[in-house]
Amino acid sequence: MLALARTVVHRDLLLALRRRSDVGTALLFFVIVASLFPLGVGAEPNLLRAIAPGVIWVAALLSSMLSLGRLFAADYADGTLEQMLLAAAPLGVVVAAKTFAHWLVSGLPLVAIAPLIALQYDLAPGLYGVLALSLLLGTPVLSLIGAIGAALTLGLRGGGVLLALLVLPLYVPVLILGAGAVEMAGAGLDPEGELLLLGAALVVAAAFSPWAIAAALRISME
Amino acid sequence: MTQAMNSNSTVRWFWFASPQTFFPLAGSIARWCAVGAVLLALAGLYVGLVVAPTDAQQGEVYRIIFIHVPAAWMSMFIYLVMAGWAAIGLAFNTRLSFMMAQALAPTGALFTFIALWTGSLWGRPTWGTYWVWDARLTSELILLFLYLGFMALHAAIDDPRRADRASALLAIVGAVNVPIIYYSVQWWNTLHQGASVSLTRAPSMAATMLTGMLLMALAFWAYSIAAVLVRVRCIIRERE
Repeated sequence: MLALARTVVHRDLLLALRRRSDVGTALLFFVIVASLFPLGVGAEPNLLRAIAPGVIWVAALLSSMLSLGRLFAADYADGTLEQMLLAAAPLGVVVAAKTFAHWLVSGLPLVAIAPLIALQYDLAPGLYGVLALSLLLGTPVLSLIGAIGAALTLGLRGGGVLLALLVLPLYVPVLILGAGAVEMAGAGLDPEGELLLLGAALVVAAAFSPWAIAAALRISME
Repeated sequence: MTQAMNSNSTVRWFWFASPQTFFPLAGSIARWCAVGAVLLALAGLYVGLVVAPTDAQQGEVYRIIFIHVPAAWMSMFIYLVMAGWAAIGLAFNTRLSFMMAQALAPTGALFTFIALWTGSLWGRPTWGTYWVWDARLTSELILLFLYLGFMALHAAIDDPRRADRASALLAIVGAVNVPIIYYSVQWWNTLHQGASVSLTRAPSMAATMLTGMLLMALAFWAYSIAAVLVRVRCIIRERE
């Protein structure tokens, strides 16, 4: 089972590596959205410092949602997905591995680049660690929940906008906990509670989402 | 229908699981519930607007609760019922269950909208603002988004079978998320007054107010059943 997962992750990473610009686009989107806020609300340092956690998290939410379309689309188009459904290998493991690979190329870069945005917003240096940790725990949850929506909207007209409508309301708890953790730390309080809850959300999502994703794929492909 | 009742002393549930046999039953239940809804609403509004005393602190403006609170109850309850029908549909593969889930969504969205709308009308004189980012308001707003997402997904898929099953799965995922959203939002910010009616302690309001509210809640129940069954009949006509 682990070997199967490793094979799928390896394959998806290799495919992503061949199409590097796709990965770059979502990352660039994250940076651009985060850079738009100071232009919109003004460059007052205190204001920027106050909204930084929320802005970074919202930008991460949108960027992670935008890249979801790619999760199954290519495999669906060339028939690979159908073979995966027919294969004897458990579909739950396959989609969990695919989602993990997707997070490696879409979520992990956000964690890496978030300190740069935090620098632009003049976030206190002590908060970088909490911000990165909250993103590290939160973005996999976004990928797992989002994959359900991506599987449900597979091959539909206007799938992108529909996906946003389905997935964004479900992202709310992650946003609240993630941005809340950074804000707590900023206020000099212990962010442990939020981080633990994010970790709990990750465990629950990792346990149940693959099952739901597999069911959604079967519904979409029959 | 007589055949269904007579051949066995109990109601034969699976007999009515077929859209064809359910169609006439839905029609007669819908008629009675519609009559009940009108009568209960008239009684509830009479108690609420005429009999119930003016509130000591909030004055006349509190009377909006006779619409607001039952609508908020219904909005949350209908989502659970919808997810329940969706789960039954996915488990037993019954067409009628999916139709019920599909028919419940617009009514649930309507009550969510009414709860938000009346809440903001009440908030203006009481809190001094139409909208605050309070926990209950926000989670109700997200509930509205969940209803709209369900309906949008169903509408976007042409194949009725896939549409039924896909939106059913979405409803179940949403139902798992509703409590998480509710508690995360509540913990994020709370300004709304606590629940006025609870099963575990004595209600914190006058008996007539409670009567009016319960009458309105029953009226909304009857209306929901009638509206949903009429909608189910339309869906059956459309598909079968």
